[in-house]
Amino acid sequence: MAEFKHKDIIALRDLTKEDIERLLTTAENMREINSRDIKKVPTLRGKTIINLFYESSTRTRTSFEIAGKRLSADTVNITPSSSSATKGETLADTALNLLAMKPDIIVMRHAVSGSHYFLSKKLPGCSIINAGDGTHEHPSQGLLDMLTMKDRFGKLDGLKVAIIGDITHSRVARSNIQGLTKLGSQIFLAGPPTMMPPGVELLGNVTVCGTMKEAIQDADVVMMLRIQQERQGKTLMPNAREYSRYFGLNPENIKLAKPDAIVMHPGPINRGVEMSSYVVDGDQSHVLKQVENGVAVRMAMLYHVCGGELE
Amino acid sequence: MNVIIKNGRVIDPSQGIDDTLDVVVENGLIMEVGKGLSAPAGVEVIDAGGMLVVPGLIDMHVHLRDPGLEYKEDIISGTRAAANGGFTSVCCMPNTKPVIDNKAIVSYIINKARTEGFCNVFPIGAITYGLQGDSMAEMGELKESGCVAVSDDGHPVANSELMRRALEYARGMGILVITHAEDLALVGEGVMNEGFTSTEIGLKGIPRVAEDIATARDVMLAEYTNSPIHIAHVSTEGSVRVIREAKARGVQVTCETAPHYFTLTDNAVRGYNTNAKMNPPLREVHDVTAIKAGLKDGTIDAIATDHAPHHLDDKDVEFNAAMNGIIGLETSLPLSLALVDEGVLSLAQLIEKMSVNPSKILDLQRGTLRAGSIADITVIDPAVEWVVDAKTLASKSKNSPWLGKQMKGGAAATVVGGRVVFNGR
Repeated sequence: MAEFKHKDIIALRDLTKEDIERLLTTAENMREINSRDIKKVPTLRGKTIINLFYESSTRTRTSFEIAGKRLSADTVNITPSSSSATKGETLADTALNLLAMKPDIIVMRHAVSGSHYFLSKKLPGCSIINAGDGTHEHPSQGLLDMLTMKDRFGKLDGLKVAIIGDITHSRVARSNIQGLTKLGSQIFLAGPPTMMPPGVELLGNVTVCGTMKEAIQDADVVMMLRIQQERQGKTLMPNAREYSRYFGLNPENIKLAKPDAIVMHPGPINRGVEMSSYVVDGDQSHVLKQVENGVAVRMAMLYHVCGGELE
Repeated sequence: MNVIIKNGRVIDPSQGIDDTLDVVVENGLIMEVGKGLSAPAGVEVIDAGGMLVVPGLIDMHVHLRDPGLEYKEDIISGTRAAANGGFTSVCCMPNTKPVIDNKAIVSYIINKARTEGFCNVFPIGAITYGLQGDSMAEMGELKESGCVAVSDDGHPVANSELMRRALEYARGMGILVITHAEDLALVGEGVMNEGFTSTEIGLKGIPRVAEDIATARDVMLAEYTNSPIHIAHVSTEGSVRVIREAKARGVQVTCETAPHYFTLTDNAVRGYNTNAKMNPPLREVHDVTAIKAGLKDGTIDAIATDHAPHHLDDKDVEFNAAMNGIIGLETSLPLSLALVDEGVLSLAQLIEKMSVNPSKILDLQRGTLRAGSIADITVIDPAVEWVVDAKTLASKSKNSPWLGKQMKGGAAATVVGGRVVFNGR
């Protein structure tokens, strides 16, 4: 398999099919470590990882931290409330100051799309991993979603994946569209037209559906996106009640998907809005499997940006 | 100071001249334009063989940042950039600190430009006090103290009633209203054009209809109030259509576009390039095509730069945090000359849009080489090839999307009121 040559992982758009396959294969191998009694290998011993989170996150930050620790790296978490961001320091200055402390990897989440490219130009000596940038990409989420699908179906090629919700504001959707297209899946999108960005069908193997029913018909995977009422509530939809009625997944409409279809959600879930609790906790739900895979995928990402090669 | 410009191809659309002629300047005025003219000894001679000699270029839309934001630009550096770019006059927008909404600021600008500047500076006053969009500024006094127009550029007047009254009142005072046409609710938090590029790179989009609607509103208000209006920096296909239709039914509307709107598309934003971030934003290919068509058929009267200097600190940041705008004075001429190479405009039409028409729209009494008029003259080398280099730009700010890019054509000499302020040869 081709060598993974990227210093940074900022967007699945920047990676080739081979890069993504490489990361997924490594993640599958990493999973074995996570099932041991002593969940630690010395692979990244002596490496320093800074988790720089400008937006709040529980799942992603914890997952990256655990991933780093399982590979024996030293991990430091910085969040805006405890950093200089509140003192008016620029992102570039914060990063340069952190760089002076010689980290090997900075894992960052930031509200501005593309800010990781800006950071990468400023910090040529350090690897940058994107833990979510604005409404652009969330590559670790895309990879863990793909790993979860691959686990269930053994392949991604030819899978029919429905993604339902606010596509415009979803970095999860963008990373999945970029990655899944490269691996040969077909993507069907549905959501209110107020949440469907122009030209999205040109991003990859994407079909925009008029209704949720069309999108999930015979789907192998139904991925529901979180509705953030503080963001979408004002002009993009009437209210959660109506949203749920037309774009929520429930025990009835899920029957339109294939009988062995899996249900996914990047979390955190608004129970009763985009997904009924019967579905969240039902047999087809792979939500917790996604979280579990998140650690393995992030271990693989950390490992490869450090130039790792599998023994 | 007396000057003779010899053997240039004189193009003066105001008189229908296009011929190889000499131009004699005495005491700041154009004395004579003719063949084989001679001048007394000691007169400065500019050999314009192979060059174009045209009425001094006028940029009716720049930001000089003076007073208040001199770390970005000031009247000295801004007019130096203008002179180097071939401009003999610039009109500066009122979003300074303090705002150009009173006589003291207007006088400061005019005096500083006169004593320390390299070209004519005509201030544009505010429509509303402090550009706040609440109440009208003293347009009468602004006009009397030297403003050539009023505009709330960068801060569109959202209140339609206020805009209506401003148009009526300005008409009474004999001052033109220049509108920055954008519906701010539709702009929202957008940072680039809404389209496939914004979808792919995940930046919040500004729909072109934000401009179209505001252009339509302002044209209709001008029509209803029987007042003249000038639409700044037209960037969309829809705006061009609205203005074309309005002109056809006799509305007193004029408009300008900027070189970036006929040269670049929103593709330039890829890589999160903050030097491709401006307001209105770079649009798409069909908009660029429509802008060129509007220039060609006369719908678009003028080319202005919207020269918007920003310090590195305001641009070398994450995309959403970057300020809007690019510098333009030193690249406008080559980018606009490209329209002639492409067959969009004739040279005479280009000079109309960069000199004759801005002078007419703002009643500057320039834009001509007629004997007896003020000697504002630009000598253009249409063939010179050069590379845009931050180190040689005269502007204090270097926020140009063309840094490192090859240009063809530029100013060879700039004469303002008979004074040679730039002689690049």
